[in-house]
Amino acid sequence: MEFSIMDLAPAAAEIFLLAAICVILVVDLFVPDERRYLTYGLTQITLVVAALLTAAGIDSAPVYAFSGMFVGDAFSSVLKVGVCLTVAIGLVYSRSYLEPRGMYRGEYFVLALFATLGMMVMISANHFLALYLGLELLSLSLYAMVALARDSARSTEAAMKYFVLGALASGMLLYGMSMVYGATASLAIGDVIAAVQSGHANSTILKFGLVFIVAGIGFKLGAVPFHMWVPDVYHGAPTAVTLMIGTAPKLAAFAFIVRLLVESLGAEQLVVEWRQMLVLLSVASLVLGNVVAIAQTNLKRLLAYSTISHMGFLLLGVLSGTTEGYSAAMFYVSVYVIMGLGAFGMILLMSRKGYEAEELEDLKGLNQRHPWYAFVMLIIMFSMAGIPPTVGFWAKLSVLQAVISIGYVWLAVVAVLFSLVGAFYYLRVVKLMYFDEPAQREAMQVGVDSGVLMSANGIAVLALGMMPGALLAVCERAVTMSLRVAT
Amino acid sequence: MDFEKAAFYFFALILVLAALRVITARNPVHSALSLVLAFFTAAALWLLLEAEFLAIALVLVYVGAVMVLFLFVVMMLDINLDRLREGYWDYLVPALVVAGVMVLEMAVILGGRYFSLAQMPKPPAADPDYSNTRALGEVLYTEYVYAFEIAAVILLVAIVAAIGLTLRKRKDNKYQVPSRQISARRANRVRLVSMPSDKGDSGAAS
Repeated sequence: MEFSIMDLAPAAAEIFLLAAICVILVVDLFVPDERRYLTYGLTQITLVVAALLTAAGIDSAPVYAFSGMFVGDAFSSVLKVGVCLTVAIGLVYSRSYLEPRGMYRGEYFVLALFATLGMMVMISANHFLALYLGLELLSLSLYAMVALARDSARSTEAAMKYFVLGALASGMLLYGMSMVYGATASLAIGDVIAAVQSGHANSTILKFGLVFIVAGIGFKLGAVPFHMWVPDVYHGAPTAVTLMIGTAPKLAAFAFIVRLLVESLGAEQLVVEWRQMLVLLSVASLVLGNVVAIAQTNLKRLLAYSTISHMGFLLLGVLSGTTEGYSAAMFYVSVYVIMGLGAFGMILLMSRKGYEAEELEDLKGLNQRHPWYAFVMLIIMFSMAGIPPTVGFWAKLSVLQAVISIGYVWLAVVAVLFSLVGAFYYLRVVKLMYFDEPAQREAMQVGVDSGVLMSANGIAVLALGMMPGALLAVCERAVTMSLRVAT
Repeated sequence: MDFEKAAFYFFALILVLAALRVITARNPVHSALSLVLAFFTAAALWLLLEAEFLAIALVLVYVGAVMVLFLFVVMMLDINLDRLREGYWDYLVPALVVAGVMVLEMAVILGGRYFSLAQMPKPPAADPDYSNTRALGEVLYTEYVYAFEIAAVILLVAIVAAIGLTLRKRKDNKYQVPSRQISARRANRVRLVSMPSDKGDSGAAS
């Protein structure tokens, strides 16, 4: 077999990222504590360069590397650029939070970069082995980041729960994948697609494997009834890590679903099967996520339950089984990540040394303390609730259109009803900020970098709501150009 | 029954018994030793499948290195056995019921129909000079180099995480900084406090 170094060009971003991680790991050893900003700066430069390298491939037809284990296409490029930028923005928000808590260390940034690499591997995987290894790389980095606040009993407990349930989910996924392998005799996604569509593969074994794969995905996504870890981990992890868990990995998880269910197991007879399962997961997530969130007094737990309900909406788009549905789901998850960045970032910005602003009480009277950030938070909450003219409205609308187009009107009605229930607790946050007396009067101390980004974040939610066309078009193009979907 | 089959059942029986001992033994050292036996027997099973390289790697890596380290850890740590055992018998019965039902359900669906011997014919025998070490090496560094590299990165994450989570600068470390000792001034160390002499109360404490 002839080999030339140019065969690796599609994976340039991943290779650069790995090389940069190794350099940062060594450089960090020689950086004294008071110059830690060097590590931080290098990390940010690395993420931006990786995003630029990925963006170069955004228009290309699918290209393969590493004996077909890696695929670079428009779909993966869009998501990978999203992942790099999300992690970079998240680190900007986290900086002032990490410093006083003894977590502003080289390991934190290196682990964040490793997690980014894992997500990129997942998104670009064209082989079950690469999918699984990328997932483990991401998960292991996240477990370690949750436990990095070593002196906090709550974080350690959250890390244990996350680790044990994550291992269980990985086991389920692997068992399901082994069944698919048993039926199709291959782990390469291209071969699996061919075997499934030819109809020679044994359909009982395939369906058996499908059950375990959907259960594993449910665990990783945090969909009901596999959601038990989500509130505890979101609550227990240091807020900066919660931001990390709650945003970029959702993009990777979406790509994971697309590669496994939509592409590999996307033949007509199997779509019917997993549609039923996803309907159950989605309805349960919508109901439980929105109803239980009402009872929460902790902002991080509230956002955790809101994540569960958002994942229910995401599944609505996937289960429609149409190209429009997939691009609607991709739009939804991108919008969710932007909103999540803003919401968790705001908790980080309000916290300061020795004080965590994570209770709902702490939001009281934010308008009197800092009207602009109160307004940004208001936009984000409106968007999460799906109130026009914010972008959250368009996200929900496009997903609902996809569901209605396959004739599941009752499902759309359920989704709308429970997002109305959800609007209650989002609006309660707004009420606390604007109509209650503040419990404290200290001004928020926000750095210039995170302040500017947070403002941009809020404006983006509003501006995308006015003009959602561009982002919608990007998602639609990525899905139609790249995915091997049988239609 | 030919020799091969007899050997398989012999090793399989030992493997299952050893695995059971791992979770039922009262003494953690016995559990670890049973695990060594289980690995060793699994290696023997792989030998029967003509996977010689994997069998040797299992013995060398798991039995030779990992389990010995594990034994050290078990012996060094002071594990409270009673707390570890708490609730074991309470959970055993429901756990057995659940596991039994799950195995039964899977058996009903899959049975022997799809993975029976008739479905999976015996592969043709390999050439006498066939080396599966070589075959493994050839695909590991060509076709599967991507997966191989990512697995290596995962190990790197494990190293970074383990060090990040456990390394502490000890607070009770005692060391001298000569430059600071030399530059010390009297004013830094000694503070003269003028106390009012309280004669009337001096004998009250004794």
